[in-house]
Amino acid sequence: MGAPRIAIWKFASCDGCQLSLLDCEEALLELAGAVRISHFLEASSRVEAGPYDLSLVEGSITTAQDAVRIREIRAASARLVTIGACATAGGIQALRDTRDLDALKRSVYPDPALIEVLERSTPVSDHVAVDAELRGCPVSRRDLLELVAASLAGRRPDLPDVAQCAECKRAGTVCVMVATGTPCLGPVTRAGCGNLCPRIGRGCYGCFGPVEGANCAAMSAQLRDLGMTAGEIMALYRGFNAGAQPFAEEAARHE
Amino acid sequence: MRECYALDDPRLLLENFLAAGWRVIAPVLSEGALVPDVVQDADDLPRGILDSQAPGHYRLEEGATRRWFDAVVGPRGWKHWLHPPERRLWRALRNEDGFEIRPEVEDWPPTIFFGVRACDLAAIARQAEVFRRAADPAHATRVSATRIVAVNCGRSARTCFCVSTATGPRAEDGFDLALTETDEGMLVEVGTDAGASLLEGLGLRRASDHMRARARARIAEAAASQTRALPKDVAKRLPEAAESPRWEAIAKRCLHCTNCTAVCPTCFCTDIVDRTDLSDQRAERWERWDSCFTPGFSEVHGGPVRSSGAARYRQWMTHKLSGWHQQFGTSGCTGCGRCITWCPAGIDLVAEARALTEGD
Repeated sequence: MGAPRIAIWKFASCDGCQLSLLDCEEALLELAGAVRISHFLEASSRVEAGPYDLSLVEGSITTAQDAVRIREIRAASARLVTIGACATAGGIQALRDTRDLDALKRSVYPDPALIEVLERSTPVSDHVAVDAELRGCPVSRRDLLELVAASLAGRRPDLPDVAQCAECKRAGTVCVMVATGTPCLGPVTRAGCGNLCPRIGRGCYGCFGPVEGANCAAMSAQLRDLGMTAGEIMALYRGFNAGAQPFAEEAARHE
Repeated sequence: MRECYALDDPRLLLENFLAAGWRVIAPVLSEGALVPDVVQDADDLPRGILDSQAPGHYRLEEGATRRWFDAVVGPRGWKHWLHPPERRLWRALRNEDGFEIRPEVEDWPPTIFFGVRACDLAAIARQAEVFRRAADPAHATRVSATRIVAVNCGRSARTCFCVSTATGPRAEDGFDLALTETDEGMLVEVGTDAGASLLEGLGLRRASDHMRARARARIAEAAASQTRALPKDVAKRLPEAAESPRWEAIAKRCLHCTNCTAVCPTCFCTDIVDRTDLSDQRAERWERWDSCFTPGFSEVHGGPVRSSGAARYRQWMTHKLSGWHQQFGTSGCTGCGRCITWCPAGIDLVAEARALTEGD
């Protein structure tokens, strides 16, 4: 049996999650020794045909061609894992879902008729079955390596499924909401970033998307108490995970 | 009656401990809060600050006096040290015969916890009992290598309710030394022989009866100023409220963020995680804090046992205030008030316990 074959794919995205993989430094050598990277255009123009043991998919589905291509990738992959806010929630580009598409096209492009896109920017899971998802904008290096290591060992990956608050408390970070009155999406956001913002005194921006069971209505009540206007609350939920259902619904309530 | 001495400046004790090579952990200023951390210099000890605590609210401010210990407990308890949030339990390495297990060897130097409040002394003892029954020696090993300098509270925060849980504001036992701040200086009470030896060479004078009386009066003031109190019969009454609609009302406000369990000095639940590396040569087993507020905590085949936020809050509060008595012989609550202050939604455990047991 040869080394497992891994493919990395890009859809509508900024490439930042793929860069997180390239950014694994010494672990990248270990990774390259453990798997055969068959398709990774960000790193190499050498491309091998499928099937693949594991496909990592970055980006959201925004065109009709995307919708076809993701099905082909799914068919060629034993396991398919989405990586990052675009692939798991539609990304920052899902902001366009809240506006009139034709008006947006006209406001941006001199020849809007040339822009052929789907009505909405959607996560990969709206189109094909997904075996696991790595959240974040971008995904964490730790989660990427853990996912691949778990796949190789045939075990369940240890991916964060708790609120950002749990990560802050484990790290000993003092709660910015309680101690400084700083609005923070931590209580409704999934952990995994390494509490990047609260540990430097900033509120969480929700880069890792909603945690399971996120109580956004209670969250918004606290944000109001901290002095945020409805418009500010709406904007806070409409970040990189604007398309994730609990955030999208809560933002819509504040329009 | 315990021996008592008078001390003008608590930094004298710290300097002595540091010079003798102890690792000293004391509440210090960090990110706008008081948190127990390793002290390098006696001057790290904060002075003249007050805490303003309310549901979902914590601020430190300059106090009117230059007292050392008026600000009470902050978000991070001694639990962070005695029951760390994450720890590796062992590693397994492949070798020619299969694999070899290497247990984790912990380096816990001789340590002094400086400034432990009565509520937290009770919490340390209650967690010790939990881990004793779980036959996990790690907590006991850490405690046995730790000397405790307690501080009796001369002031309560608005969220304190240790009088109603009979765990404070005076440290009754479980300490080596206990300090009470009075206008005449620190009263130093000796709790153990180990505590007495910590004072050797300092040449402290015996405390006067007058100073002892002043210390008692300050603790009494702290006790009298508490405005929150758990209902006396909460352990009995809370299970009777299992079907109360109030649980749903709490769940509507509850963020399920797990903060209350993380800051609670007695919450002890952990998850066990196995990891392997890319080379397939190493495996590790880790323990890390978990919380009954996450859906994954009670997940069994088919889904979580407690699938609603109401069920999870009820589980936490009923276990803490009632189930602990049957399980461990005490309440799981020591009245520190952290779950009230550090709840981002400002849910007040005491107010909810009252409402639930008074048939609201």
